Amino acid sequence: MDFRDSPAEAEFRARFRTWLADNNPGLPTSSTDDEYWARQAEWHTALFDAGFFGLSWPTRFGGHDLPTVFDVILDEELATAAAPPRPSLGYLVQGISHHGSDAIQDRFLPGLISGRDRWCQGFSEPDAGSDLASLRTTATRDGDEYVIEGHKVWTSYSDVADWCFLLARTDHDVAKHKGLSAFAVPMDQPAIEQRPLRMINGITTEFGQVLFDGARVPAASMIGEPGEGWRVAMTIVSHEREPGELGYVARYAKTVNELERIVRADPGAFRSDQREAVAWAAVQVEMLRRHVCRRLSERLDGVEHGPGGSIDKLLMTWVEQTVGAAALSVAGAQAVLDSDDTALKVYLYSRAQSVMGGTSQVQKNIVATRILGLPTA
Amino acid sequence: MDTRETPEQSELRRSARQLARELGPTTVDGLDDGARSARLATAVRDAGWLDLRADDGSGRPLASGVEAAIVAEVLGERVADVAFTGAVLAADFARRAGVNDDGSVAYSPSLTSVAVVSGSETTTALHSIDSTSDQAYLLVPRGDGYELASVPTGDRDDGADLTRSVRVIPVGTVVQEEERLLTRDALVAWEALGLALTSADLVGVMRGVLDVSVEYAKERKQFGVPVGSFQAVQHLLADAHCLMEGSASIALYASWAVDNLEPLAARAAGRTAKAYCARAARTVCETAVQVHGGIGNTWECMVHVYLRRALLSSQWFGDDSVQLHELSGERLGATVGLP
Repeated sequence: MDFRDSPAEAEFRARFRTWLADNNPGLPTSSTDDEYWARQAEWHTALFDAGFFGLSWPTRFGGHDLPTVFDVILDEELATAAAPPRPSLGYLVQGISHHGSDAIQDRFLPGLISGRDRWCQGFSEPDAGSDLASLRTTATRDGDEYVIEGHKVWTSYSDVADWCFLLARTDHDVAKHKGLSAFAVPMDQPAIEQRPLRMINGITTEFGQVLFDGARVPAASMIGEPGEGWRVAMTIVSHEREPGELGYVARYAKTVNELERIVRADPGAFRSDQREAVAWAAVQVEMLRRHVCRRLSERLDGVEHGPGGSIDKLLMTWVEQTVGAAALSVAGAQAVLDSDDTALKVYLYSRAQSVMGGTSQVQKNIVATRILGLPTA
Repeated sequence: MDTRETPEQSELRRSARQLARELGPTTVDGLDDGARSARLATAVRDAGWLDLRADDGSGRPLASGVEAAIVAEVLGERVADVAFTGAVLAADFARRAGVNDDGSVAYSPSLTSVAVVSGSETTTALHSIDSTSDQAYLLVPRGDGYELASVPTGDRDDGADLTRSVRVIPVGTVVQEEERLLTRDALVAWEALGLALTSADLVGVMRGVLDVSVEYAKERKQFGVPVGSFQAVQHLLADAHCLMEGSASIALYASWAVDNLEPLAARAAGRTAKAYCARAARTVCETAVQVHGGIGNTWECMVHVYLRRALLSSQWFGDDSVQLHELSGERLGATVGLP
């Protein structure tokens, strides 16, 4: 047992730290600013071109075939340097690599990993949130193509995406979980309409609604078999629930570092409860960091990814919301006197974490029934 | 980085689990079974676990903080009524001071560290926890560090924890100087071990009380169905399970840090773990009482044995409030101005 870097890990850390010193774009944290989303593609490409992105993914698709602990090192260094987090799209990579044919993988993974192609994820609908399998968007076969009709929502970065990882109903005559299929839909077509959503913290470039009105996708762009869509979606959402996959530890650590800097700069201006709110946020972030280390080490034994992702998602949610609360506490009145206040935005954004990627209530159902073995009603 | 247990550590966990399952208490009445608890004490001693932090002959401990934490956690799981953490901490303390006697430690009134006295007699009541020794170590300030001293441990008293002993060292006890020095660094490193082991005990208590509560929720029926089938109950237990898992991750790091980081960094890791584990354990044990309903509030239900053990382990080396206060001081600088 050793929490320290191996020689190869230490070499990687040093190399990345050196590179980052010259290449830190100085972007704001993603949760608070439209500028992050506007420049995320640049940051993705810069990381990829320097050999620091897709570390644990296959070499043939542009990755580096390294153990996942290298992502943890990268995240730690990003946090230390107050650099923006790495773009989180590991769950899409997992969905395509677990379910896509060789042809699909060859076609889509290199662009996804390099950042040359940008993707969004079309799962949720206005009437299909936690009950995702009841979704109503349809894909109807028409020759060599499918025709898409429907309405997706909470679609992050849809306005800048080249591709949509879309879940649609292809069979109405089977049980709701069995009639779904997944597609890579090109976004650049007139039958797709974008309607951005403004989040409660004011940012407009993250969330969107997407309307498909006769959009077309080649049948060859189906990911997995017809009817495999539900399993594809479960692969994606279960990976989406993992803090290690997402690299959010860096984002939380960056915020806590900033809060500590603010308090240290003027210690006499803060009450002990504010100081302790920051200390508690630091404790939570440290917990998540070590938890990710423990989870990734379990993988070395071949412990497969499973319902444990829901535990990680709940822990991550509590961390984000503790950090958000600490930001609000430190800001005090300033947070309500200025609608552009960063602490206000961090706090408001943190409330989404217990909804996105499956609500905390859904995660608790999974932990209770699939991990604790409690009976279903 | 590889945080997996070694095969030897996994084997230690397995054998400790087996021993605790066979000899630990299974009912509240069973706590009075002196023959059983004596067999447990003998087995723990014979396994060599009380010596895990004793001198290996070269000044180093026989085993790392990780091994000691594994045993502490497993004994917590079964609310084992046997001296372990207190004895291991005493052995580690003695080793750092360069003495080999079997002793215990006299804790400060707040229980946050070893007692420091400056006169020839104690001026407040002190306590020795979880030890069977008749002698307890404390410290006298000397220059930049401390000199070791000892007092006779007093009589056994009834503490809140039904599974571990508390002894009272009365006011006015004569302090015997031992002519051994302990540096500040050594004291800090010892505190790191104390924080790591009490955190590990809390992780065990959480796991144990959750196992009991999940089983109860599957068996206890109301409205014709197990209460564990209701989402309201499921979500309480799911929250508690996540708190236990997060605690296990942070406590593991603290136990590794004991022998691998500089004293101040190791103690900060211990404080971080303790802050999280103490807060989590309180919630988890309270959840367990709630899930057991009326029976959970009776003396005969085992759940309060876990809760009481968690209360002592939390206070021992300081609970979450103490740790957050100390951590904010270390990370943010001294308090100035506002209260």
